[in-house]
Amino acid sequence: MDNALLRIEHLHKAYGPHVVLEDLDLTVDRGEVVVVIGPSGCGKSTLLRCVNALEDIQGGRVLLDGESVSRQAKDVARLRQKIGMVFQSYDLFPHKTILENVLLAPMKVQKRPRAEAEAEAMELLDRVGLADRRDDYPRQLSGGQKQRVAIVRALIMHPEILLLDEITAALDPEMVHEVLQVVLGLAKSGSTMLIVTHEMAFARAIADRVVFLEGGHIVEESREPKAFFDKPATERARQFLRTFEY
Amino acid sequence: MRSLGLDVLFKGKNFLRLLGGLWVAVRISLISVVISIALGLVMGMLMTGKNRVLKAVFRVYLEIVRIMPQMVLLFVVYFGTTRVFGWDLSPEASAIAVFSFWGTAEMGDLVRGALIGIPRIQYESAEALGMTTAQVYLQVILPQAVRRLIPLSINLITRMIKTTSLVMMIGMVEVLKVAQQIIEANRKASPNAAFGLFAVVLLMYFAICWPISRLASYLEKRWA
Repeated sequence: MDNALLRIEHLHKAYGPHVVLEDLDLTVDRGEVVVVIGPSGCGKSTLLRCVNALEDIQGGRVLLDGESVSRQAKDVARLRQKIGMVFQSYDLFPHKTILENVLLAPMKVQKRPRAEAEAEAMELLDRVGLADRRDDYPRQLSGGQKQRVAIVRALIMHPEILLLDEITAALDPEMVHEVLQVVLGLAKSGSTMLIVTHEMAFARAIADRVVFLEGGHIVEESREPKAFFDKPATERARQFLRTFEY
Repeated sequence: MRSLGLDVLFKGKNFLRLLGGLWVAVRISLISVVISIALGLVMGMLMTGKNRVLKAVFRVYLEIVRIMPQMVLLFVVYFGTTRVFGWDLSPEASAIAVFSFWGTAEMGDLVRGALIGIPRIQYESAEALGMTTAQVYLQVILPQAVRRLIPLSINLITRMIKTTSLVMMIGMVEVLKVAQQIIEANRKASPNAAFGLFAVVLLMYFAICWPISRLASYLEKRWA
């Protein structure tokens, strides 16, 4: 049986003459954690944004559960409910409290009753250690705390897949750990995730599969992350990983 | 010390007449502000849109409003257009037209500023949660824009109230004009009334504008 949840086929993305992703194929299976790494500007963030139809694409298609996700689709809002996304910058809604941030989408988009949504919100906030901050505003939280709330806000929608776009890149080093712990917990509980990151140790720990992207192409792909990080097959990947050593 | 001329203030119905004049000033500002906010919201949203011709037109409009003294605009509308186009505009209608023309431009620019000040990622993270375009605006973008707008538009109201003193130049009897009439009528009996009455007018403007301006800074702090 086909276990693929997300299927990206011949994806072509360009800004004018500048090609970012070219004829890219990638499949993510149910319960799989795929980590995309690569140098800045290689198109890895753009890839995630295309999966969520935040970008127009110039060719190919993105299929979630066999359904095409695109900006033009009338039901793009419905499909996006199945795709959770956490961004690099803290993107909580500043005019709402932590609890309201988490409750907004389940109540307005999924029309769930408040009592039920709130119970789940509190359970999730508790799991990331922030239940006592429910009535605070985002500006009162640290970067790491805000990112954990952003993860909860995505999780409460029960997404089939979670996209994490360099979620620790804007954080102080001591806050990176607390956020990545939460993500590791999600991976253990079987969540399907497509992750873009610069944290190589984290990528090595969490990945079921590593994808090395450069110049809009997949240069190397490995189902043995430890082997990949110790001894990548391609010269390009070797050079890239060397830039993380001192 | 000489008399301050305050005796005239409570002679006959003078004080009530002053309050009536103040109401005229406040009424013109309020009506103009409501029109300005409604039209300004539309203009601000269009200014953040993609239509370049529309944007250019709004820029020129805004520059004209900023450069032209409001009094000249009042004269053009009340004395000028009534002759050229042959329509019958009351001074109050002319005043509201000019104040709305001015206020719409300023509000439009404030709305534009408030909207572009909201980071792209706010739209995107709302979309990523599966919200429709209407929900993105209603739940996420407009509440933030309005919070930035309210203090600024309140300041516009106080500026309008102060500027209504100009409408006496096109024959409207607002608070300043009432004061002038009272002073004229009592020139012989109470020659110092000019001081007392104009001072009272000043206090009246203050009594109206100060609470409004306090409210603006309170909201600014609360929603910062």
